Amino acid sequence: MTELTKLTLAAALDGLKAKSFSAREITQDFIQAIEQSRVLNAYVVETPEKALAMADASDARLAKGEGGKLEGAPLGIKDLYCTAGVRTTACSNILGEFTPTYESTVTQNLWDQGAVMLGKLNMDEFAMGSSNETSRFGPVVNPWRRKGDNRDLTPGGSSGGSAAAVAGDLCLAATASDTGGSIRQPAAFTGTVGIKPTYGRASRYGMVAFASSLDQAGPISKTVEDSAILLEAMCSHDPKDSTSLNIETPDWRSDVAKGVKGMRIGIPKEYRMDGMSEEIDKLWDQGIEWLKAAGAEIVDISLPHTKYALPAYYIVAPAEASSNLARYDGMRYGARVDGDNLASTYEATRAGGFGAEVQRRLMIGTYVLSSGYYDAYYLRAQKVRTKILNDFVEAFESCDAILTPTCPSPAFAFGEKSGDPVEMYLNDVFTVTANLAGLPGISVPAGLSSGGLPLGLQVIGKALDEAACFRVGGELERAAGFVAKPEKWW
Amino acid sequence: MSVTKDDVRKVARLSRIAVTEEHVEELTGELNGIMGWIDQLNEVDVDGVEPMTSVVETKLPMREDVVTDGNIQDQVLANAPRSEDGFFVVPKAVE
Repeated sequence: MTELTKLTLAAALDGLKAKSFSAREITQDFIQAIEQSRVLNAYVVETPEKALAMADASDARLAKGEGGKLEGAPLGIKDLYCTAGVRTTACSNILGEFTPTYESTVTQNLWDQGAVMLGKLNMDEFAMGSSNETSRFGPVVNPWRRKGDNRDLTPGGSSGGSAAAVAGDLCLAATASDTGGSIRQPAAFTGTVGIKPTYGRASRYGMVAFASSLDQAGPISKTVEDSAILLEAMCSHDPKDSTSLNIETPDWRSDVAKGVKGMRIGIPKEYRMDGMSEEIDKLWDQGIEWLKAAGAEIVDISLPHTKYALPAYYIVAPAEASSNLARYDGMRYGARVDGDNLASTYEATRAGGFGAEVQRRLMIGTYVLSSGYYDAYYLRAQKVRTKILNDFVEAFESCDAILTPTCPSPAFAFGEKSGDPVEMYLNDVFTVTANLAGLPGISVPAGLSSGGLPLGLQVIGKALDEAACFRVGGELERAAGFVAKPEKWW
Repeated sequence: MSVTKDDVRKVARLSRIAVTEEHVEELTGELNGIMGWIDQLNEVDVDGVEPMTSVVETKLPMREDVVTDGNIQDQVLANAPRSEDGFFVVPKAVE
């Protein structure tokens, strides 16, 4: 295996432009790496022929000195994005062999910039899960293992395939999506970088919907700079998504090296939670020291409604999901299971097509929206969201960005948390607030646990201030000097 | 507020998900666990608070009421579980 697969996105783009290697060469190397890494189960569809055709087209453009910002860069695409002519199922049985006849706006933006598609990446069914255990194709295996322990670990979820593919050098970078932490938690579990932008930055057109007021597209990559490059390409105003913001996408790449001198970094006391592991606590303190040493001012802040974020999320997200997923009726597309009549066909289709976690959430969503409960649950949760947002607005009066851990623990083994739904939900305790408040949040690998597993720190910015996330994230990356890679066992 | 087995049966019917009787029991326990945990939201004073809809103040855009696509029958039917003569084939819905 050549080393091309180990390049960062930035370095690969430089190499392609300088013609140090061709798009075909790097694409071929990734195709080979993917074939040799099927045990990780990161890809659910491989598209080698399409990838080589796209690479050849890129090489032709590069030869003429043309090409977009991602020209010739092989990427992995989360199975949540509709890709024309390539099966897209959000890793749910109910979508059967669904093959979109149209392209999502985010992926179209990438192809317009010359990116190459390697295939579709595994995920929790409909992005509902934190461990990849709910995928119809079985879980992704984390390339990382605990020291002296060969048990398979989860890469996190729902973007587990994206995170594992980036950590295992099976793509230069990947698209992912984040409804409650689905970019940042898997990034933290795999020693990669992931950012969820402000709600409305990226178009949701052609993304399989989970919870429409929370879902946002974003990248998972090897470095903070790579995330800036990819996020810039993903974001755009799109008339096909009415919540897409009609604003310019800034040049985030230049923010990464700016440093944090003079920035005020808020440390929310409510994120020091009971039962949080000591090494996460220590890593957080270390992050504070790094930023202080780089010239930032550390400010104590309070986000008093933090503990209510997860329960509010578990009303809002299932409620919106129950409405969004009503479209899967087995009539127009997807897998139909026949019953005796129309109603029993619906019921058999949905019982057979949705997995246990999705069914659970649909029923919760239906329950909280049902007659007599709407005000008590959904409306109350939306009001709690306002309080959570107000907490942030107030906190941002005294700080420019907020530093927290990404997750309360490092990656865990399969089955360790699948017994109790609520215990699994707690994985998202530090990430879900940014979704509820619509704010940007980045996770950056900052250290290793005693077991040798990566740990992440999260930076939350003001609305539309991804720049602050990239500045602080870039500083953390430099200070941490995180270069650890999983030892190749697969 | 606790979730009863009747609630689960009703919610399953509204969700159009077939559920077996023994599964009802299991789901009742699970949903009670989750809803019990969610009930802590009742501690929050939300008097006079507006429900949140969007983080960035923005008006929903309007567009001209015109047809912007069409004539793509093949594409519309491409993923149909069953189709015939340009129609979706579905179970009988009207007796």
